[in-house]
Amino acid sequence: MYVAVKGGEQAITRSLQLLAEARRGDLATPELTLDQIRQQLRLGVARVMQEGSLYDEELASMAIRQAAGDMLEAIFLLRAYRTTLPRFGYTQPLDTNAMRVHRRVSGTFKDVPGGQVLGPTYDYTQRLLEFESAAPGEPVEATEPLPDAMPRVLDLLDAEALIERIDAGSDPEPIDLTREPLMFPADRATRLQNLARGDEGFLLGMAYSTQRGYAESHPFAGEIRMGEVDVLICPEELGFTIEIGSVTLTECQMINQFHGGNGLPPQFTRGYGLCMGEGERKAMSMALVDRTLRCDELGEPSYAPAQNQEFVLSHSDSVEASGFVQHLKLPHYVDFQAELSLLRTLSAQHANRARDEEAATQEISS
Amino acid sequence: MTSNYNFAFLDENTKRMLRRALLKAVAIPGYQVPFGSREMPLPYGWGTGGIQLTAALLGPDDVLKVIDQGADDTTNAVNIRRFFARVAGVTTTDRTTEASVIQTRHRIPETPLREDQILVFQVPEPEPLRTLEPREAETRTLHALADYGLMHVKLYEDIAQYGHIATSYDYPVLVDGRFLTSPSPIPKFDNPKLDHSPALMLFGAGREKRLYAIPPYTRVESLAFEDHPFEIQRWEHQCELCGADESYLDEVIVDDHGSRMFVCSDTDYCGQRCAEQAA
Repeated sequence: MYVAVKGGEQAITRSLQLLAEARRGDLATPELTLDQIRQQLRLGVARVMQEGSLYDEELASMAIRQAAGDMLEAIFLLRAYRTTLPRFGYTQPLDTNAMRVHRRVSGTFKDVPGGQVLGPTYDYTQRLLEFESAAPGEPVEATEPLPDAMPRVLDLLDAEALIERIDAGSDPEPIDLTREPLMFPADRATRLQNLARGDEGFLLGMAYSTQRGYAESHPFAGEIRMGEVDVLICPEELGFTIEIGSVTLTECQMINQFHGGNGLPPQFTRGYGLCMGEGERKAMSMALVDRTLRCDELGEPSYAPAQNQEFVLSHSDSVEASGFVQHLKLPHYVDFQAELSLLRTLSAQHANRARDEEAATQEISS
Repeated sequence: MTSNYNFAFLDENTKRMLRRALLKAVAIPGYQVPFGSREMPLPYGWGTGGIQLTAALLGPDDVLKVIDQGADDTTNAVNIRRFFARVAGVTTTDRTTEASVIQTRHRIPETPLREDQILVFQVPEPEPLRTLEPREAETRTLHALADYGLMHVKLYEDIAQYGHIATSYDYPVLVDGRFLTSPSPIPKFDNPKLDHSPALMLFGAGREKRLYAIPPYTRVESLAFEDHPFEIQRWEHQCELCGADESYLDEVIVDDHGSRMFVCSDTDYCGQRCAEQAA
């Protein structure tokens, strides 16, 4: 005999206990410390901070531990916590020209002032699994230190007026997407903000599509730089700027071919990507997608998914996408029941029609 | 109650933003108001819009009921109720008549609501035209022009193809003769309860960052044609627990042979009727 289901509350409590047990694993193995996660899983921590829109290594490490290494869940945890934090103010725009560079490469010039600096990269590791955990060798001191600040590669082109000029002061005050809803059409600052919070996998796929003929991007990696940038604020009550710390950032500037259009002469155009920590894949993807989304402004034919800002911006967020895809787990008894009744009606109609048609055919043939 | 968070989780500035958006929504019945939807500690698609509205509405004296598919005991309803018990410490109830705020997903309670009650709907897709026109900039224009030809053609095509309108839930309504509105994925059985409801009806779509309202005693018409009037679902069965023949029924498979039974989807309504019959 059916009875109305009771006990959802108890089921949830038990499920939480199972989850805690599964997350912790064998009690004989020590639990991960936050320092271990922060230092040894630093790229994961950076991604969680980036897409979680909250720069706090300790909280991000905590989220990764709590999420058992599921980065999207960790991002979600950080976002939910972020909602409760008061907003004290806004920083001055970060000056990535003054970045203390750890890595800086350009795909457009063999050598650039300041040099090509590989820094700590996975690019040339040969991807052989290291069966014995290798203790790092002593780092070798450079014969001459890197310059304090390196000029941007794109500024060198700028001098020759071959690349579009973007006047730093001309941008309107950006809206805060975590406080205001996304509206269309979205301006470039808003789009970049959305992409910065966007899922790395989604952006990577979108960026890849632009290289395979879905939009013509013709990109060159003008410059990728990673390093520390000072964060400055100017509190109203002080009236002057103070430094509150520094953050590690990866910045990518793409250079894209442009044959002219919409009243603009032929020139190189720019795509821009920026993210927390060492996030080169994300920054490069972001720069490609940013440039592709400028199709209307540059009068380029718009036909590809990556050029459609409603398509890209509405589906880039992993927290939104993950929630909505997985909400299908929730009960839909009521809607399903409504569809069942409808389908029974439609199917009866179909059967009647088939019977009538058969009868008519027999009449004709007899 | 958890003291690490503000009452009902959201900070007061956010609640003020929500209340202002809600006032606008009430002033323009059926209009989708964009709002600065916050990231809640529950997943998008699981009621984040409804939760934000409820958080903005709740005071310490409110009594909260949460239902999903008409039932108080479905896991997500339990979870949302637990959330508010934890962050707001409000009294919760299963009884429709005792609640001052009812958050719901996919149903309107069978028990008629009163003027002193607010019904908060969780809405996955606030835009009734979305499946017909994916571009948001375009649908906002269509609403501004009250150009709902797309929807009428869709319903007409249903009739041409099947002989009747083949939409069984999330059946589009026209609010106050002006805005085409999604009633959220309630079965069309519940649509008549929206019309001239004494209770305020609020709709929250967190992921889509829109909210809207149907104020008390507002005219709400389900779209139809003169020669194809709006009809609701009917069953040949009665509820096998309480015998109700005018409530929305869930079909339940009870054994390995696929035997079915029909029971009320509204568990409180069914439970009360059973209790009255036993008394």
